Amino acid sequence: MSLLELRSVTADYEGLLALRGISLHANEGEITALLGANGAGKSTTLNVICGLLPTRSGQVRFAGEDISHLRPDRVVRRGLTQVPEGRLLFDDLTVRDNLLLGAYSRMRRESRRRIEEDIDGVCELFPILAEFADRRAGTLSGGEQQMLAVGRALMSAPRLLLLDEPSAGLAPKAVSEVFARIQALCRRGTSVVLVEQNVSAALKIADRGYVLEVGQIVLEGTAEELLANRDVQRAYLGKDYEEV
Amino acid sequence: MSAARQIADKGGARWSSLLRATAWLLLAAVVATPLLLGEGYRLPGGVGKNYLLTIGIFTGIHAIIAVGLGLLMGYAGQVSLGHAAFYGLGAYSSAILTTKLGLPPLLAMLAGIMLTALIALILGAPTLRLHGHYLAMFTLGLGMIVQIVFNQARGLTGGFGGVRNIPHLGIGSWQFDTKPEFYAVVMLTLGVTLLMAHNLVNSRSGRALRALHESELAAAICGVDVARSKLQVFVISAVLASVAGSLYAHFMRFVSPGPFGFVFSVDLLIMVVVGGAGSIWGPVAGAALFNILSETLGKIGEQVPWVADLDIVLFGVVLVAVVVFLPRGLVTLAARRPGRARGPAIQPEAQAEA
Repeated sequence: MSLLELRSVTADYEGLLALRGISLHANEGEITALLGANGAGKSTTLNVICGLLPTRSGQVRFAGEDISHLRPDRVVRRGLTQVPEGRLLFDDLTVRDNLLLGAYSRMRRESRRRIEEDIDGVCELFPILAEFADRRAGTLSGGEQQMLAVGRALMSAPRLLLLDEPSAGLAPKAVSEVFARIQALCRRGTSVVLVEQNVSAALKIADRGYVLEVGQIVLEGTAEELLANRDVQRAYLGKDYEEV
Repeated sequence: MSAARQIADKGGARWSSLLRATAWLLLAAVVATPLLLGEGYRLPGGVGKNYLLTIGIFTGIHAIIAVGLGLLMGYAGQVSLGHAAFYGLGAYSSAILTTKLGLPPLLAMLAGIMLTALIALILGAPTLRLHGHYLAMFTLGLGMIVQIVFNQARGLTGGFGGVRNIPHLGIGSWQFDTKPEFYAVVMLTLGVTLLMAHNLVNSRSGRALRALHESELAAAICGVDVARSKLQVFVISAVLASVAGSLYAHFMRFVSPGPFGFVFSVDLLIMVVVGGAGSIWGPVAGAALFNILSETLGKIGEQVPWVADLDIVLFGVVLVAVVVFLPRGLVTLAARRPGRARGPAIQPEAQAEA
């Protein structure tokens, strides 16, 4: 069943059209990849889904509800959280405070104990966070910061997690570590939408994917189909004409 | 972590708690000095007890506003150019309600708080949803409107002549009609303000405020209602200004439009920026420095007249120096604890094993 659905969504930045009618869906329990070059509209799509950027037309539906016009904090409460590009951690706050802020939307409704349990759960997934609980987030390495960013997002107990370039700026070893965790996360029942420039790494863990070009979807299919597609291989996997 | 490192850390913790205790004692001594001084005692420059109390009262009143404005600027990232207007609304509410309607001072103060909160809410609700510095413009406008009302609504405010014969602050038959008593009231109010601000910053909504302080976008992604959090801080800061205004009215027992104009809004900004927005003690330090400097210049000006006009120049220089060298304000000086900047003093593993 599709958890998230975009129906011919358009959006613009002060008149500059960034999304030209995007229709896509993400299934429950799956990893859906959004691929494409810089400026294709991948991050814009995520921002529209989160309510950070208004849609100009079209509809964003989450779990059967139209969320196109909800404020970002309301969207989080519905169970949809973004790990933004560049992570946007609270550098001056401790790792623990960052995690607690991730649970901000739940604090009024849920007991302190539930939230503490979830912190333990996140620390189980990312043991490094437990070790550095009292360190300022700004002092962590890139890979650790990415784990914290994902951990913070998980603290809102999302049904669907939107990940914007989790591999950006990471050493190859950290990339495979982060991707392994994303896969583990999905197995635990959190659905994922993954925006990536690192196409081969993304398609290795994704179930389905879309390729965006200048604000439009030019290709969609299962991960295997996309990996086998000649255009994808040429444009994103760096293979020559002879090889494909 | 090695044993040696742990010992070093513990030593550091002991030092910092000792420093902290010293700082509190010093602060208590400074606050108590004007009260404990003998009537006839004169400090250099002929400064006596009464004069010190007056400076203390003004510093306290200004500090109450500055703490609120510091929360607004430091955490919500918004500038208000009209806090003098909220200060004035509090002062005139107390003045008018106690003299014309004979309301008890505390009730008049409460009415002032409610009026100010309402105006802040009406002003802040639409503006704080927008990005950018619309609040600064709106509050600038409010400041002008309030000034005009104070000057022109003569039947209510007495126009330029102001409102006279405001009663002393008091609860029932307990009147705070001497300077030491009023000084104590102001310091107590400031203390409560600081405690509240401290709790606010360290509560759940305070954590949201600190998140806001770092990145609005990230806060929104975490589910913080950004506009609402900003509005909350704005209303709180306006209410604090109103309380300070009520105290002012009962201390001077006379209000006129002069002290509530644009110039004082700017003075407040100077106090906050110099002291350090985004901290609780910074604005207090800023208010103290501002009052001490302007009084000192005033004193010297009695002998050398042209010095009195230097205050604007001096504040300009101080402001520029702080912005350039201590962008987070004077509080950064206090936060720099000895030993902290040096990094790990002992190379852990090697030393522990040796």
